[in-house]
Amino acid sequence: MALVQPAMKKEDDRDDEEEYSPYLGIEKGAVLQEARVFNDPHVDARKCAQVITKLLYLLNQGEIFTKVEATEVFFSVTKLFQSKDVSLRRMVYLMIKELSPSSDEVIIVTSSLMKDMNSKTDLYRANAIRVLCRITDGALLGQIERYIKQALVDKNVVVASAALVSGIHLLQSNPEIVKRWSNEVQEAVQSRSALVQFHALALLHQIRQNDRLAVSKLVTSLTRGSIRSPLAQCLLVRYTSQVIRETASGSQTGERPFYDFLEGCLRHKNDMVILEAARAITELNSVTSRELTPAITVLQLFLSSSKPVLRFAAVRTLNKVAMTHPLAVTNCNIDMESLISDQNRSIATLAITTLLKTGNESSVDRLMKQITNFMSDIADEFKIVVVEAIRSLCLKFPQKYRTLMNFLSNILREEGGFEYKKAIVDSILILIRDIPDAKDSGLSHLCEFIEDCEFSYLSTQILHFLGNEGPKTPDPSKYIRYIHNRVILENATVRASAVSALAKFGALVESLKPRILVLLRRCLYDNDDEVRDRATLYLSALEHGSQLEDKDFRADKFVFGSLDVPLANLEASLQAYVASEVRFDIHSVPKDAKAQPYAEKKAAGPKKPAKDTAMPVAANELSSSGVKSTDAYEKLLSSIPEFSTFGKLFKSSSPVELTEETEYEVNVVKHIYPGHVVLQFNCTNTIPEQLLENVHILVEIVEGDEFSEVVSKSLSSLPFNSPGQAFVAFEKPEGVYSLGKFANTMRFIVKEVDKDTGEVEDEGVEDEYQLEELEVLPSDYFLKKAVPNFKNAWENLSPEFERVDEYGLGVRENLNEAVQAVIEIFGLQPCEGTEVVPANARSHTCLLAGKFVGDISVLVRLSFGIDPQKQVAMKLSVRSEDQYVSDAIHEIISGA
Amino acid sequence: MEHSCPLIKNVLLLDSEGKRVAVKYFCDEWPSLASKLAFEKSIFAKTQRTNARTEAEIGMFDGYIVVYKFIADLHFYVTGGDDENELILATVLQGFFDAVSLLLRNNVDKRTVLENLDLIFLCIDEIVDGGIILETEANVIAAKVAMRGADADVPLSEQTISQALATAREHLARSLLK
Repeated sequence: MALVQPAMKKEDDRDDEEEYSPYLGIEKGAVLQEARVFNDPHVDARKCAQVITKLLYLLNQGEIFTKVEATEVFFSVTKLFQSKDVSLRRMVYLMIKELSPSSDEVIIVTSSLMKDMNSKTDLYRANAIRVLCRITDGALLGQIERYIKQALVDKNVVVASAALVSGIHLLQSNPEIVKRWSNEVQEAVQSRSALVQFHALALLHQIRQNDRLAVSKLVTSLTRGSIRSPLAQCLLVRYTSQVIRETASGSQTGERPFYDFLEGCLRHKNDMVILEAARAITELNSVTSRELTPAITVLQLFLSSSKPVLRFAAVRTLNKVAMTHPLAVTNCNIDMESLISDQNRSIATLAITTLLKTGNESSVDRLMKQITNFMSDIADEFKIVVVEAIRSLCLKFPQKYRTLMNFLSNILREEGGFEYKKAIVDSILILIRDIPDAKDSGLSHLCEFIEDCEFSYLSTQILHFLGNEGPKTPDPSKYIRYIHNRVILENATVRASAVSALAKFGALVESLKPRILVLLRRCLYDNDDEVRDRATLYLSALEHGSQLEDKDFRADKFVFGSLDVPLANLEASLQAYVASEVRFDIHSVPKDAKAQPYAEKKAAGPKKPAKDTAMPVAANELSSSGVKSTDAYEKLLSSIPEFSTFGKLFKSSSPVELTEETEYEVNVVKHIYPGHVVLQFNCTNTIPEQLLENVHILVEIVEGDEFSEVVSKSLSSLPFNSPGQAFVAFEKPEGVYSLGKFANTMRFIVKEVDKDTGEVEDEGVEDEYQLEELEVLPSDYFLKKAVPNFKNAWENLSPEFERVDEYGLGVRENLNEAVQAVIEIFGLQPCEGTEVVPANARSHTCLLAGKFVGDISVLVRLSFGIDPQKQVAMKLSVRSEDQYVSDAIHEIISGA
Repeated sequence: MEHSCPLIKNVLLLDSEGKRVAVKYFCDEWPSLASKLAFEKSIFAKTQRTNARTEAEIGMFDGYIVVYKFIADLHFYVTGGDDENELILATVLQGFFDAVSLLLRNNVDKRTVLENLDLIFLCIDEIVDGGIILETEANVIAAKVAMRGADADVPLSEQTISQALATAREHLARSLLK
């Protein structure tokens, strides 16, 4: 609707619309004719200025001048330099810039512009500098350099600014020349004019930006001095946080450098500077809650400003803070709630999603009520953001699934575009997957939705899901009706998916099989090939499948159609088969997954969809991509036959780098199985002239008697820039945490590659490459898994395996340091925000939850205390489903 | 680079139907005319129904921060990157808006703007130079557009001009002979 209407309207309104335009019926050819007045010996300044305006109008409307036309106009415009009319001269400057003449044309105006550059009139000087610098090339710049240098410190601020800004542009193309102006620029930083100061500071920083020490000195001197311009002050804040970022990594203790300066900027009289400083503080690396507080306070004041821009800026910043420090933002919740009814929908959406991130379990119901009213009058792109926020909220508070699931199903029934509906369906699918209790109601909502769904893509997705999940529910028969309705009422694509879904019920639920067969037989008369084919195939699979010997073709396996081979390999094999005479055999398809750079995929994936929405939903992207990568690993590993007997993958660590930006990049992912550890070495060859073959990793056990190597899978070839994986698997006693240290060497055969032809030499040389050591740590055996209500979870675990002990942790700087260190050791999930230690706290309790390998739940309660001598004591209580695990927790902490 | 100078992506002045009155793009993120028009259309559609007449409004559209203000049948927009300081963008918008009001003596509507389009083009040129903020003070912008203070008679040497023309003629002749 919205897309069509304006276009139609334009057509209708064209006549009366342009009635009063002075440019009515203006046409390029005619204006170019008119431009001949520029050549008149007696320049009519008024007339010429009008013609230039018309030319600019045409360019602005997107009209394109051919090379010849542009050259002609340019030459005639240059003649107007003989007129002394100032307004005309101003238009000539603009016109020359817009025409962007080629370098061989530029020489024609150079002398005129250089003359203006030395004019007594300030505005001529300023404009001439801007024009010349815009159209100049390196050679010419040498000639005019000394004039620009002078202009940088010109007493007229307009001239100085023009020169400085031109310097910023020229720095990209002619850095050597501009760098010579450092002294003048430095002088200009001290200017009394606000904008000169701003431009000079920007240029000075860009000249020095690659010299870390110089930038640091610049910041040190200026943060003490007095920068008058708010814009310049904003720059200084940016540079300061850059310096903080680059220096803070080394020193963990002591005050953060320049923090006081940033905090001081929060009291600046200009809001622009306050915002810049507040944002800089919230973006500091591992910012503490004490550092955050003053920034949050000023942002909170902005929330109730009468200016939408201020409210937006504040809520957008707080929204980002809420992803990492939800507790810090809770103080603003009341102000935030009043923003839900903000006229500006961007602000309202940001407020809602922030609230959803910071809200606690008890506020969910109230929030949802407010959102329901709000949803009806915002655009789809905002609704998607809200849906995604609700999904993360539901994963955070699984107990609230009923309210949230109802909300999702309600909005699913309302009007909305494809992207929006897809976001809702995806969310419901994820909730069903992660919250077992929600499965039943979720599936019913989806069934109702497909009864009246206009998007085939979503219908097929849901049918596929129903086919997989439906048969496993207590009452599978109730889904049959919904699915069969699709067979009767839908288009061919959806009918085909419905047939597949039916077949899955038939294969898994013996009692339904006869009835499914009846339904499938009816589909044999469908008027679409695909639907008939599927029905035929599934019928024969279901009727005869159970008698087959080959278990790969048994009905249940077959219907679920997991081919166990990567699709790319299957495609290649099928293409080979089409060309050959040999009979196709699925077993001949290689199962080796072609190397996939998972990390890159992950990085590229979530970025895109966030672009069009009001804000990135980083927290929730993170969690869902985390799930994805485990899935991806699981797929990859299960495709390797040697690992198929290891059982279920428990945990995959994040990649650990074993090299430092060298010719070969190797990182390792530790995959933990109940009785095995698989090391996945992701190798990348960054030398274009080399092809590596037979790459294998030699792993030597330095520490860890319980490990014994069982499998080593080498990588047959590793071409340039195409990552590949080698694996080494170890056996270890089942269900225990075995620690170890491993020394790694990469061995391979190097073959030279001709970079131009891509030809590879036949002869290779054997070589090896030392990698860094790798450790298997206690935290590798624990999985972070939050529990919604720690107290309940604790009480649900039997006290039989509770172990309590006390430990002295020695002298520590503060409690926070001790708490973070202990959390780090276990790699368990801190619950209920207890990982945050209030500043100057004397005691603190931290709650951790997770799973030990073998899916054994474990809960840890840590109580810390610090005495005036900074001695830290800790009481550790653990409950788990297994005595071994409870003891292990204590062993780990006493061994650490 | 990314955390250096505030950059303006574009300055747009559209009419009440979303058609161009005067626009200026300072970056190559919209390489073609079609992509520029598509951006303007999308921004216009998303802001059309908002009330940005008393205070400047703001939104995040297509991954950009856009601040905007409407008067009569004109829509003023200033666009920046998604990590830009919103208040800096708003200051530029206000400078543009106020300078136009000053130059047109408060008769800001499409007709007057079109009749004085030269002033509008110059105004944008005086506010942003290649994406970098040049001036935000409306009085100063308006004065520079009007070339106030440049009226002092400047003698121009005819010789330089004729020299320039001679070079031009010679150059033309050479390129024709090639």
